[in-house]
Amino acid sequence: MTLTEIRPGVVPGRTIAGRSPWALAWARIRTDKVALASAVVVLLLLVLAAAAPLIAQWSGHGPDDQFRDIGITDQGLPVAPNGTFWFGTDRLGRDLFIRVLYGARVSLVVGVLSTGLAALLGVAVGLLAGFYGGVVDTLLSRLMDVVLSFPYLIFAIAVVSIAGPSLTATVGVIAFYSWAAIARIVRGQTLSIKEREYVEAARSLGASDARVMVVDILPNLLAPVIVLVTLLVPAAIVFESTLSYLGLGIVPPTPSWGNLLSEAQGFYRVAWWYLTFPAGTLLVATLAFNLLGDGVRDAIDPRTERLFSRRRGLLRRRARDRRSAPASGARAAASDGPVTGTDGDGPGRREPGGDGPGRREPGGDGPGRREPGGDGPGRREPGRDGPDGREPGAHDDSTGG
Amino acid sequence: MFRRFLIRRVILGAIVLWLVTLGTFFMFFVAPGDPARTLAGRQATPEQVELIRRDLGLDQPVLVQYGQYMGRLLHGDLGKSYFNGESVGTLVAADLPPTLSLVLGGAVLWFLVGVSAGVLSATRARSPLDRAMTFLALAGVSMPTFVIGLLLLYLLFFQLTKAGLPIFPPDSYVDFSQNPAEWARHLILPWVTLATVQAATYLRLTRGSMLDVLGEDYIRTARAKGVPERRVVVRHGLRSALTPVVSQLGVDVGTLIGGVVVTESVFGLGGVGQAVVQAFVSSDLPVIMGVVLITAAAVVVANLLVDVAYALLDARVRLA
Amino acid sequence: MNLLEVDDLVKHFPIHEGAVLRRRVGQVHAVDGVSLTLAPGETLGLVGETGCGKSTLARCIAGLYPVTSGKVVFDGQDITNLPRGAMRPFRRDIQVMFQDPYGSLNPRRRVGSIIADPLVIHGIGTAKERRRAVGELMERVGLNPEHYNRFPAEFSGGQRQRIGVARALALRPRLIICDEPVSALDVSIQAQILNLLKDLQDEFGLTYLFIAHDLSVVRHVSDRIAVMYLGRVVELAEADELYEHPRHPYADALLSATAVADPDAADRRGRVILTGDVPSPIDPPSGCRFHPRCPRAGDLCAERQPPLEGGGHLTACHYPIGGAPPAGERGTR
Repeated sequence: MTLTEIRPGVVPGRTIAGRSPWALAWARIRTDKVALASAVVVLLLLVLAAAAPLIAQWSGHGPDDQFRDIGITDQGLPVAPNGTFWFGTDRLGRDLFIRVLYGARVSLVVGVLSTGLAALLGVAVGLLAGFYGGVVDTLLSRLMDVVLSFPYLIFAIAVVSIAGPSLTATVGVIAFYSWAAIARIVRGQTLSIKEREYVEAARSLGASDARVMVVDILPNLLAPVIVLVTLLVPAAIVFESTLSYLGLGIVPPTPSWGNLLSEAQGFYRVAWWYLTFPAGTLLVATLAFNLLGDGVRDAIDPRTERLFSRRRGLLRRRARDRRSAPASGARAAASDGPVTGTDGDGPGRREPGGDGPGRREPGGDGPGRREPGGDGPGRREPGRDGPDGREPGAHDDSTGG
Repeated sequence: MFRRFLIRRVILGAIVLWLVTLGTFFMFFVAPGDPARTLAGRQATPEQVELIRRDLGLDQPVLVQYGQYMGRLLHGDLGKSYFNGESVGTLVAADLPPTLSLVLGGAVLWFLVGVSAGVLSATRARSPLDRAMTFLALAGVSMPTFVIGLLLLYLLFFQLTKAGLPIFPPDSYVDFSQNPAEWARHLILPWVTLATVQAATYLRLTRGSMLDVLGEDYIRTARAKGVPERRVVVRHGLRSALTPVVSQLGVDVGTLIGGVVVTESVFGLGGVGQAVVQAFVSSDLPVIMGVVLITAAAVVVANLLVDVAYALLDARVRLA
Repeated sequence: MNLLEVDDLVKHFPIHEGAVLRRRVGQVHAVDGVSLTLAPGETLGLVGETGCGKSTLARCIAGLYPVTSGKVVFDGQDITNLPRGAMRPFRRDIQVMFQDPYGSLNPRRRVGSIIADPLVIHGIGTAKERRRAVGELMERVGLNPEHYNRFPAEFSGGQRQRIGVARALALRPRLIICDEPVSALDVSIQAQILNLLKDLQDEFGLTYLFIAHDLSVVRHVSDRIAVMYLGRVVELAEADELYEHPRHPYADALLSATAVADPDAADRRGRVILTGDVPSPIDPPSGCRFHPRCPRAGDLCAERQPPLEGGGHLTACHYPIGGAPPAGERGTR
């Protein structure tokens, strides 16, 4: 705990004002090239999406304008990319570039909105379950289990077949899919935080349950939730595209990356650009979000191993040490590195009275080897063919702890 | 002790299934439109519609309807398709072969690829190879399944065929009993698609589990005793590292049998998943809800089997 | 009149098994019939090994744990198991200082708002008044008020404990329960905090229940000292009296384990080394709970629980030091 020993005022003439845990995280992420590059890509996409109407105006190509003269060949096929149509045109002679930009608006809004809703619901449910425990916890945890183990696409089809496909239905379906993962992590964290002395201190002062939850526990949950949210946004984008592809999501003519790809399906043999550009943009976006999430995780919770670290040399050396001296073991990797006081707790607490194989309780309260934003089985990929396991950030397993 | 555990699990599974029936029943209720009218068809007279309504019990109170619904379910009657009046059970049964072929074949592929890649990754943790694999896995979860499928179709079917090498067929399914070789040939691309998606997560799961296990004391002891590293990894490490991976496999296969919607649609295999999508297009609610129920049952059973296997295999699990 | 009276307080923690249908399979006898009194302005030291129930006792008095049986009377009013609302006014008068200067301060909150917490919770003053009050408190406990906006991580252990003191002091309580307030600190820092607590006691007329597992710390601050073993008080006396003439063999052993500045005194007393582990509080020994480890134990000790008696110097022992020798032959050391 070296950082905690920094005495204010030791460095003369230089005040260390408000080096909050967040400031420390920010300082770390600023030196992380991969995360920064990903952040730039994400920002660029956001700006482009926001500026889509301006770009459309400037180019003179509206998102729904059909250029039957120059946008379609004599055989009635889409036109390949050229100076006028950067990404080529689609089957109706519309400018694919503009439609991809407009699609970004819808896809990003769906991603952010559904994840935001899921975060609100997940934090609320997880907090209540972890804080009150007992019957409340048992019921809510079972609910999370059911939501997490259910083949979601089938459920989405059932819901949309009743409600009809729309932006609202898409956001709702994705949010309902995502909240349980957040709730599980939050529950595990809450279980461990509520045993802290500072929570006891607040109680001894006469703080109400609500105040303890909001003032004392909630701020400590933000870090893992932020990490998970960064990873759920790309998952939601993928999910949206899958729903739209199946005709369950965003309804044309409103473009989204998913329904652009869906339209392109019949044309990929004659118009490679039709599929390539929307798919490429989507991949760049989700990859950037995932890498950014990876970096944020590292910055907020530096104890965990991650994919692309600026401390590569250190990690490599450590790996070498490990091979040569097995005694240092994999678990050592989690305890070294710059340990700071951001948040001393992994969710290492086994749920009291927990039953059954621990496999079902991973991210939150299983054996303490998972990190707060942890992953584990029992979490499916959205928009996939089924329950493929871990949460979208399945690239983050820590090695020990 | 074990019996108690088993009974608890069965009861829990039954409760989940019961909740799902409540959900599907509720969905029928809030669904727009009149099922009797839909079933009767366009030319039906009001009397005919009324007859069907009474036949379906739709004139009864809600609770009685739910009771009848449950009664039919318990007799294996999942209802009749609005579209062609056929029994949902028969319809789904007819769609099962392609789905089963796809899932089981895919499972073999993704398990082998995912686990071996995971072991390689774990034994060379933080090496460039590990990093590359991890990045691939990350790219895998960043791409929608149908894009992978379309990509494979474009490259391996379309471009190869155009180049005069028609190795892979386009979409469609050939039944195993007709021609096993053609069956496999038609399923290779779907298998690869499914495996690409799934292998990414199995890689990460195996890697994490393996790293955990390799950090355990008994592995250290084995190494200290001079057991060759290969043997340490395979005999001592993999054996326990695979437990969570195998249990995940059970759950995944169970769930996927309920519908590999996207892969089936991309390759036009016509399995359960595609049937659901078609039912969605034609607003055929009984088929959708039937599949939801079957899927839920498959998931519950798979979870139960996995839990039991897990408990039997892993003595560390507390049977509470 | 006494400020605090604890009468035959019992706290058992049930042990459950099973998740849905929970069965009680046993209980931890954390506190098993403790009676104490505290006069206004005095400091009562409470010592014992880890796990002897002293922290549980503190939390029961502070109303953090429901009490199994017995009574807690504060300023003449019974506050045992009061519902949350009724307990609220008493929370202003009874404050707790926690052991861990790292764990007891929320790492994600600024020091100023941590110290202001009691004021906010009890709705005292406007934001501006509270801010001034916090500044004064920080100054009083030896912190720089300009550090109002810093996070706990920016302070050293000793400074953090000062933050804890400021928070406990904010409501001008009458009783502060100090749960091992210096155990986690360096020895050089310990004295600073102890002196601060003493000064504050004089200034504000505070009453302390001071818990420690180390007799040398308690002696410095306590008027009277109670020694606990496995959920019971085994000896209670004036501080100097207890140090000079311990009567319970367990207190004697604790004292001899303490590093003494005066080697002659230590020689005179002789060293008592305890053998064996502390028995489990789930299934405590019969009779006198110390008897399996006691060098003076006789047959009676396993059978009957000795009462806490003896005028000004209370001892719960059948064969106290300086009293009648044990009947058995295994007694002398």
